Amino acid sequence: MAIVGAGPAGLAAATELRRLGIDRVVVLERESEPGGVPRHCGHSPYGLREFKRPMLGPAYARSLVSQARRAGVRIATGVTVIALKKGPCLEISSDAGLSEISAKVVMLATGIRETTRAGQLLGGTKPGGVLTTGALQGLVYGAGMRPFRRPVILGTELVAFSAILTCRHAGIRPVAMIEPGHRTTARWPASLLPRLLGIPLLYRTGLVSIEGRETVEEVVLRTPGGERRLAADGVIVTGRFRPEASLVRLGGLTYDPATGGPEVDEFGRTSDPQVFAAGNLLRGVETAGWCWAEGRAVAGAMARALSGGLPPPASQRIGQTGEHLAYVLPQRIAGGAAPALDVLQLRACSAARGRLSLHAGGQETAGRALLALPERRLLLPLPSPGSDPSVSLEPSS
Amino acid sequence: MKDHTSAPDDVFDVVVIGGGVVGCALARRFALEGASVVLLERAADILDGASKGNSAILHTGFDAPPGSLEAACIAEGYRDYLDIHDRLGLPVIRSGAMVIAWTAEQDDKLPDLMAQARENGVTDVEALTREETLAAEPHLSPALKASFRVPGEFLIDAWSAPLAYLLQAMEHGGQVIRRCEVRGGTRQGDVWALDTTRGAISGRLVINAAGLRGDLVDEALLGRRDFNVTPRKGQFIVYDKPAAALAGHILLPVPTAITKGVVLCRTAWGNLLVGPTAEDQEDRDRAGLDHDTLDALRIRGEEILPALRDHDITAVYAGLRPATEFKDYQIRLHDEGRYVTVGGIRSTGLSGALGIAAHVVRMAREAGHGWSAPSRIHWPRVPNISTAAPRDCESAGNGGIVCHCEQVTRREIERALSGPLPAQSLAGLKRRTRVTMGRCQGFHCSGPLATMTEGAFDTPMAERA
Ligand SMILES: Cc1cc2nc3c(=O)[nH]c(=O)nc-3n(C[C@H](O)[C@H](O)[C@H](O)COP(=O)(O)OP(=O)(O)OC[C@H]3O[C@@H](n4cnc5c(N)ncnc54)[C@H](O)[C@@H]3O)c2cc1C
Ligand SMILES: Cc1cc2nc3c(=O)[nH]c(=O)nc-3n(C[C@H](O)[C@H](O)[C@H](O)COP(=O)(O)OP(=O)(O)OC[C@H]3O[C@@H](n4cnc5c(N)ncnc54)[C@H](O)[C@@H]3O)c2cc1C
Repeated sequence: MAIVGAGPAGLAAATELRRLGIDRVVVLERESEPGGVPRHCGHSPYGLREFKRPMLGPAYARSLVSQARRAGVRIATGVTVIALKKGPCLEISSDAGLSEISAKVVMLATGIRETTRAGQLLGGTKPGGVLTTGALQGLVYGAGMRPFRRPVILGTELVAFSAILTCRHAGIRPVAMIEPGHRTTARWPASLLPRLLGIPLLYRTGLVSIEGRETVEEVVLRTPGGERRLAADGVIVTGRFRPEASLVRLGGLTYDPATGGPEVDEFGRTSDPQVFAAGNLLRGVETAGWCWAEGRAVAGAMARALSGGLPPPASQRIGQTGEHLAYVLPQRIAGGAAPALDVLQLRACSAARGRLSLHAGGQETAGRALLALPERRLLLPLPSPGSDPSVSLEPSS
Repeated sequence: MKDHTSAPDDVFDVVVIGGGVVGCALARRFALEGASVVLLERAADILDGASKGNSAILHTGFDAPPGSLEAACIAEGYRDYLDIHDRLGLPVIRSGAMVIAWTAEQDDKLPDLMAQARENGVTDVEALTREETLAAEPHLSPALKASFRVPGEFLIDAWSAPLAYLLQAMEHGGQVIRRCEVRGGTRQGDVWALDTTRGAISGRLVINAAGLRGDLVDEALLGRRDFNVTPRKGQFIVYDKPAAALAGHILLPVPTAITKGVVLCRTAWGNLLVGPTAEDQEDRDRAGLDHDTLDALRIRGEEILPALRDHDITAVYAGLRPATEFKDYQIRLHDEGRYVTVGGIRSTGLSGALGIAAHVVRMAREAGHGWSAPSRIHWPRVPNISTAAPRDCESAGNGGIVCHCEQVTRREIERALSGPLPAQSLAGLKRRTRVTMGRCQGFHCSGPLATMTEGAFDTPMAERA
């Protein structure tokens, strides 16, 4: 069994596979250290689900790694998987050059990245010092460096507050946090953080352009009171996570533009029945604990696949009616006992009060009225296969 | 002065002002003729002007004005590139292009454009019906009317090419001085003494290849100008690598008088490009991006290739064309043959550069300059960063991949930071290696990269906390 990515999902899966008695389990990780994103998140909370206590990211990552190693997992670092081929076979690059690894079953757990300034089509010039939170954390926690002193933070998803904590750690003082809406996306208590640290939180404010030649000199903002210039020496572009799905797309697996990840059934099985996926690769960002649990559960399904214990793949997708749901995961239902993804995960496109429902066999089989916020996961029970299932979010007018 | 070895009071045979693609090609050509050459570049690295951001198409010149100097230089430059690229390690993606008509009016223009291509010596153009076009490019919107194919339009690496030209010049004794702005100068007898930010530089033949500042340099040195540069900005969107499968050919629109229009094409690095716009501006330095314009470009791209809707945008950039009030290149001999202006190389300079260089050498010879050619020509190879040949990450001892999205290895970065013309800025390192230019734009590699480049750049990526 080969697992691509040594983040929480990949490590949990590898550990579980060993526990289930699978002999040869290797995790391929392109970084020099295993652990995934938490390695560079020098803040809490991590580990509540897995270790029953709040931990800092790096300590949490180390715990996952030693757990996996104790279970007999082989972790190969400095190894980048550059292509997924039929077989399944993984083409890898390392200091030794190009080689290939064949496996009976493969798991992709390659995680996510944030949408960059380019992805958001931000205007202005292209000086240095425009970074995502991930890049900032790599510099601060990974390299012990400081790219700027007075940046502007763009966005108010949870990760933006992680950016604030990272800045604080490095002695960086953000000049403002900018949000186009009229509230922060992340919930209380994170939303108290800027005020506690004296960082102005500007609502209904968009970034028009970034100005500067070598480094950022100022940003131009669109505020309710008109355009305004703000001196800053950096910009932190946060959130809007996208799955790291290039192996999925270039490898010819069915891709779901709605989640940005591979299409899977409730066993985490992709359109190639020998290739599974788990963790944030399946959709934008979830907590580490969620990804860890997902990795472990999908590992169970992989072990069953090895002994022919999974039902044949399903051809039918779960339907989506209306335009208020951003995605549904898993996308297909094969049926059969002990699913790895045991609930439907959904997200709303924008804040909406209404009724979330699952229709199967021509009638509503589950549903409830709720206030759906785009950053909150919505859950529904798994439908039974062949019942022509579909999901909807109908706003109450 | 890392890259400048001789004493400042040397008199060079040729001083090239400007390290754009045209200046680099000129330096190469004169060095191969046996001239002692120095190239002066104002910025921290070469390729800081118009040559920084273009579409990287090696044009055949099929749509150039017949009989123009531009048409002649493109034709010669195209031939020369195909002749030398292999020996310098430079890629060619033999994609071919399609000129696509989207309206009945554009459809009516196709026969004239094909006739113009033939007049320019591009005789292998081929008309395609709507069905034939869609069969060749199945991802195109079925709304198109018809097209014609230009099999010889290719894609190249717009940064490695000029770098290779300049490295070859350096192999033949050429020198490069960066952060060296020419401010003025006077001629005493046969020799020009240029006043620069790095002291006085003397030469027997001065070539102004200052691109976006060509008119200003003429003004400063000759006290006159024959043209005025009005920068014409072009903005681009770059899509992630999976989108490259959507277009085999370079997809061109029917051109208007002002611009070649919005093009969709792959890049030598395996991405898909949509652009450029054509926006006149005064500023010669600031190639600003604008959200609404980029969004309009995105929408136009999705109209042409509807499947683009499901692909990620990985980069946006803008370039400035050195446009003038004239359509043709402005190449003129001045000062009794001791000064050449090579200006107004607006939108085809990457393709025309080698041809322009050959043309200017002929002009200089006619004006009485002469040199003795070296006995042997050296062909330094630049590292391949394109999809056209194996990458460094495929061979042993590469040090591991640092930038995962673009698969840039530690060894590639170390090489780009050393050698005869090392990168001295992050921008320069990006152009040599493509580091941080992929889909994550540094999410993963910023940390290791900042450590590796400590002390190498004037403006460091970060400071020690
Ligand atoms: C800034 C930030 C702050 C966060 N804060 C918290 C928090 O406080 N609490 C919390 O619970 N969660 C937090 N999260 C979320 C949490 O970190 C993620 O949910 C979790 O790391 C996801 O695990 P994963 O295994 O799916 O992916 P990742 O952790 O992203 O791991 C993926 C791994 O795959 C490797 N990889 C990718 N492609 C390849 C390839 N081709 N070849 C080889 N290896 C590859 C990567 O290098 C990486 O190590 C935060 C996330 C971010 C970005
Ligand atoms: C949007 C766009 C798309 C294009 N697409 C294509 C294409 O697909 N194919 C193609 O063939 N061409 C294309 N081009 C055209 C091509 O990029 C240009 O023709 C070419 O780059 C011009 O090069 P240059 O060397 O003349 O000018 P520049 O690149 O501007 O070089 C001039 C250099 O001189 C330096 N300099 C200026 N003043 C001084 C001074 N006083 N002292 C010292 N140094 C100085 C500058 O810093 C600069 O580096 C495109 C251009 C644009 C903008």
